[in-house]
Amino acid sequence: MSINYSERIPNNVDLASNKSLQRALEHWQPAYLDWWNEMGPEKSQTAEVYLRTAVSVEAKGWAHFDYVKMPDYRWGIFLTPQDPQRTISFGAHKGAPVWQEVPGEYRSTLRRIIVTQGDTEPASVEQQRHLGLTCPSLYDMRNLFQVNVEEGRHLWAMVYLLHAHFGRDGREEGEALLARRSGDADNPRILTAFNEKTPDWLSFFMFTFITDRDGKYQLAALAESAFDPLSRTCRFMLTEEAHHLFVGESGIARIIQRTCELMAQHKTDDPAKIRALGAIDLPTLQKYLNFHFSVTSDLYGSEISSNAASFFTNGLKGRFNETGIADDHQLHGSEYPVMDVVGDRIVARHAPALSTLNERLRDDWVADVANGVSRWNRVPEKHGIPFRFSLPHKGFHRRIGLFAEYHVSPDGLLMSESDWTRRHGDWLPSAEDRAFVHSLMGRVAEPGKFANWIAPPATGINKQPVDFEYVRFS
Amino acid sequence: MSAAPDAAGLVRQHLIDPEVCIRCNTCQEMCPIGAIEHDSRNYVVKFDVCNWCNDCISPCPTGAIDHYRNVAPGRPYTLGEQFAWDALPAPGEPAIAQATDVPEDVARITQVATQGQGGHASPPWSAAHPYVNLYTPERPATATVAGNFRLTAEDASADIRHIVLDFGQAAFPVLEGQSIGILAPGEDDAGRPHHLRLYSIASPRNGERPGYNNLSLTVKRVTEDHDGRPVTGVCSNYLCDLKKGDKVRVAGPYGTTFLMPNHPGSSILMVCTGTGSAPMRAMTERRRRRMALEEGGELMLFFGARAPGELPYFGPLMKLPKELIDINFAFSRVAGEPKRWVQDRIRERGADVARLLNDANTYVYLCGLKGMERGVDEAFRDVCRGHALDWDALLPRLRAEGRYHVETY
Repeated sequence: MSINYSERIPNNVDLASNKSLQRALEHWQPAYLDWWNEMGPEKSQTAEVYLRTAVSVEAKGWAHFDYVKMPDYRWGIFLTPQDPQRTISFGAHKGAPVWQEVPGEYRSTLRRIIVTQGDTEPASVEQQRHLGLTCPSLYDMRNLFQVNVEEGRHLWAMVYLLHAHFGRDGREEGEALLARRSGDADNPRILTAFNEKTPDWLSFFMFTFITDRDGKYQLAALAESAFDPLSRTCRFMLTEEAHHLFVGESGIARIIQRTCELMAQHKTDDPAKIRALGAIDLPTLQKYLNFHFSVTSDLYGSEISSNAASFFTNGLKGRFNETGIADDHQLHGSEYPVMDVVGDRIVARHAPALSTLNERLRDDWVADVANGVSRWNRVPEKHGIPFRFSLPHKGFHRRIGLFAEYHVSPDGLLMSESDWTRRHGDWLPSAEDRAFVHSLMGRVAEPGKFANWIAPPATGINKQPVDFEYVRFS
Repeated sequence: MSAAPDAAGLVRQHLIDPEVCIRCNTCQEMCPIGAIEHDSRNYVVKFDVCNWCNDCISPCPTGAIDHYRNVAPGRPYTLGEQFAWDALPAPGEPAIAQATDVPEDVARITQVATQGQGGHASPPWSAAHPYVNLYTPERPATATVAGNFRLTAEDASADIRHIVLDFGQAAFPVLEGQSIGILAPGEDDAGRPHHLRLYSIASPRNGERPGYNNLSLTVKRVTEDHDGRPVTGVCSNYLCDLKKGDKVRVAGPYGTTFLMPNHPGSSILMVCTGTGSAPMRAMTERRRRRMALEEGGELMLFFGARAPGELPYFGPLMKLPKELIDINFAFSRVAGEPKRWVQDRIRERGADVARLLNDANTYVYLCGLKGMERGVDEAFRDVCRGHALDWDALLPRLRAEGRYHVETY
């Protein structure tokens, strides 16, 4: 079904046929716009941005490019088309038809899942709202804003579910989603990683590469849900999420590229010299990688979780690529390895697979991140530079789960409190590192020009040249 | 489905740029006819399935999907080649596609194994015409094990074996330097048949035993991976455990370039480690059997191993007549002796190596572990520098003339 843009709220869910729902969302819409104007990208609301807008959810239609002022972006409600034959693919209800309405017994759990997912969307817009002022190019600025408007749309997707299926509770949750603020002492966002600052573009690229990838895995697990509207919503969000991952992966790759060019040109691997040349040395990039990887790892929760087990058994949240996994999809009697600490050693042990679903999703994500990192490593390899990036041990710098009470080095050794205090500055960005990165951030807003610390991309967006005027200022 | 050829007789092939692609799976999900697939490295487009509906183009967040090359009809880049890419080939670079469509596994392994030669190599002009792909994984030949002998000392760290396969009445013509594909029985954890594995033939074209329809392989039992972690190589353990009389499913033969020259006066410079000695043994044995013809040409061998007991064919090699072959061993783990690598021996023999490299009738072969490539390359460069030759200019010429061949793993 194509999206009806003549309505106030573009949608492919036949909103006009449900007047009370339509009214409720039309009531929420101005509150959303107020939030966007207050907490969305700073000092950029009048700029015309070359953005992608979905005009239908089919392949040909959902990447329509044109100049848009962000507050005029057509945020709407788009679900992947319904498959009337779809049945529940896992858990105790496996084989039964999927649910079009929320079963009473799972109502509060599903609402919590949707609110937690929905809360991350405006949170990241808030975290990134200052970045437009220090963009390294118009191309990057445009990508940032594309990410921002789509996170806004993801909020719409979750609020639609809350309004359409959770009645008054859902409407109240919709308002609360606009009331919380990232990093606010009194009314923070729900998840810790979404209250961290995104103070510079290096952090932004790391965030989109690593933390948005958590989004990908959470959405993919929810796309398996027995609650069909949630599944179809997440399916479509996943297609948009891919762009965010691209921004992060290519952004870091371009920083590495620029640093390697300078290292080769000046025949040096001395971080101080690289910094003096105005680029970010590779060890500092590794520290940022360590930080974002460990903080995001916490988002998956505890290794052993009875909540995760009941989400699965009840059909609310599946595993990544659930339908592609060859097993009973109920995990009767099967096991999964998790880490444990015995004495002064980290060991692997087997635990019932049902209770380890958080860990399994985390492992899927780790493998995906590791693949991306190995693609980054081709850049120094190509320049004949021996440096290689690597992911720290899963137990490194954790605040949640088994490792929260231990200190673990990046290569997986348990450490004493005093050793950790002495060494952690080698592995995590110090205040000085952050200040240096911050010092590089200056706005470059001339078409085709790029800040000195980042290489231009290989190609432009939508086949436009790299020096295209991706953002116009009036 | 593919597009119609253009005026130059070329057709367009749809490709994905592996340098730009972020492996987000959007294209594969979008494709309505299953023309896109992926492995752990790359996303690729099936040339014979893609119908140019372009549903994948606009959803791609990166633009990686929007790439094309013109290729000769019937010779598109195979899936195996695409899976092995780190970057797209430059426009106009010929597909390395073989004359016959070899299985994807073979194309992929070959692509990786020959990376070290730095580009496409031609066979020597006097190479015999190879038969390839007579037997496919779907329709393999069946060989019978005629013998299985341990080549390394009992206390050696590696179990390397000499395995003789007899083809009975089945036609299985091979040349020195070619490989065959072994199909281990059973399935992997995901229930798929095991991948085909390639092994270089260690015997000359007229058989391990002259006049018999048999050939030999040099197989190392794999008990750890490249990083030293314990693994059990499915195919190598299967082969090493075979007993006389067992039946083996074989595909191939494969290989159209790593072939020996046949013209009188041609010389062969061989550098190998471990089981990389298999093709060297085949070529040397071919020459040994023809010694009486006095065709001329030299054989020079650089052979690296940890110790004599670890070196396959050490005994037989020592018995070869000095006038046939100039043998140079490099042992890295002999108690009380300094570590020596093949590149050290090459440097020591610099004058003879330079003379051979500079001789248009010399053909160079490298086979063994990937790790030796760089050291050997540097040794050749040093030798050239010391003898008024320019390796960087010489190497492309060697390649173009079919005189430089690399197979490393």
